[in-house]
Amino acid sequence: MKCRVCREAAVIDIRRHNANFCVEHFVRLCRDQVAKAIDEFEMATPGDRLLVAVSGGKDSLAVWDILRELGYEADGLYIGLGIGEYSDRSGAMTRAFAEARGWPLQEIDLREVHGYDVPTAAKVTRRVPCSACGLSKRHLFDQAAIDGGYDAVVTGHNLDDEAAVLFGNTLRWQEEYLARQLPVLPARHGFPRKIKPLVRLGERETAAYCVLRGIDYVVEECPMAAGNKHLGYKEALNEIEARSPGSKHAFYFGFLERAAPRFADAAPAAPEAPGLGLCATCGAPTTGEVCAFCRLVERTAGAQPVTLTVKERL
Amino acid sequence: VPDGPASAFPNLRPARQDGGVKVHLRNPSRTLEVAGPISIVALLGRLQLNRESVLVIRGGTLVPGDAMLDDADEVEIRPVISGGAR
Repeated sequence: MKCRVCREAAVIDIRRHNANFCVEHFVRLCRDQVAKAIDEFEMATPGDRLLVAVSGGKDSLAVWDILRELGYEADGLYIGLGIGEYSDRSGAMTRAFAEARGWPLQEIDLREVHGYDVPTAAKVTRRVPCSACGLSKRHLFDQAAIDGGYDAVVTGHNLDDEAAVLFGNTLRWQEEYLARQLPVLPARHGFPRKIKPLVRLGERETAAYCVLRGIDYVVEECPMAAGNKHLGYKEALNEIEARSPGSKHAFYFGFLERAAPRFADAAPAAPEAPGLGLCATCGAPTTGEVCAFCRLVERTAGAQPVTLTVKERL
Repeated sequence: VPDGPASAFPNLRPARQDGGVKVHLRNPSRTLEVAGPISIVALLGRLQLNRESVLVIRGGTLVPGDAMLDDADEVEIRPVISGGAR
């Protein structure tokens, strides 16, 4: 197998590009794809201050690394979710990554700062753990970006993530979600801009990028996410991709080009729309008197912390 | 790396000390042994693994699909799918 660019020995094949790459040119491909996504969707401009939501996984560490390599001022924010040893390991890897490079990393520990953790929130709310986890992270990343004067929050969503979410939303024709499933969400009153620079890279590519760049990341899956619908959609799409390389890219980018505009009217209310006010507790935008995050904090106050099983801790 | 259940792969045997390509798998962590020489594509086929869902790593770097593995080789097959709340 030869590199498409230099004809030296290749280390990876990308079937949807019908091409093989050596280390140097694969790393360059990843950077070029991120730069192209940023430019194509007007995600950021030179000089922007970016806050990267880092988890210790391959995608968030890869996007942080690539943004820095592209010259962006990108800082990290890690949220301690309290998911046993999995969170301990994630935090340690994130800290090690940031310290080795001398890059600024903020940390928020859910239990220390807000009095709950994800397993406890899941039990109290009687919903899947990913629900409380996502709600907490979205709120805290938004708040930190606004408080810190950042121009945008960066997340590590990759092509596989977006294709899987699109698959799920399309199966149920969830129009409001389809309207929001864009690679960049502009800033609105009280909400920062949110960008997904990895949408042109599959997760096999972000994992390969980390291996080839010597980035140590948490390989284990979050024990709270095991068996969720999102993972099932990814497996289904990978079966299709194996038979027809390029299907995930065509599905997601075809949606953006041809279908997304048709769902624009289903988007959530604009900031100036009647009914959107400010949370009485924290001041975040909300349609109710108190925002969903503050309601979660209230509900979990005084709850007995959940003890994870051995399997869940790992 | 502890040996795990190999029943999902009837053509393979848990790792011993008597040679063969050592294959480390994750989730759950286990090591299998496969008779070499064998190509990466053939190995993934025998393990019923989708090439879109894994990377094969040897000596800290990636191994391309057409590479051949010998009995002295030791590789990790690393899953790349992740997905909880983002």
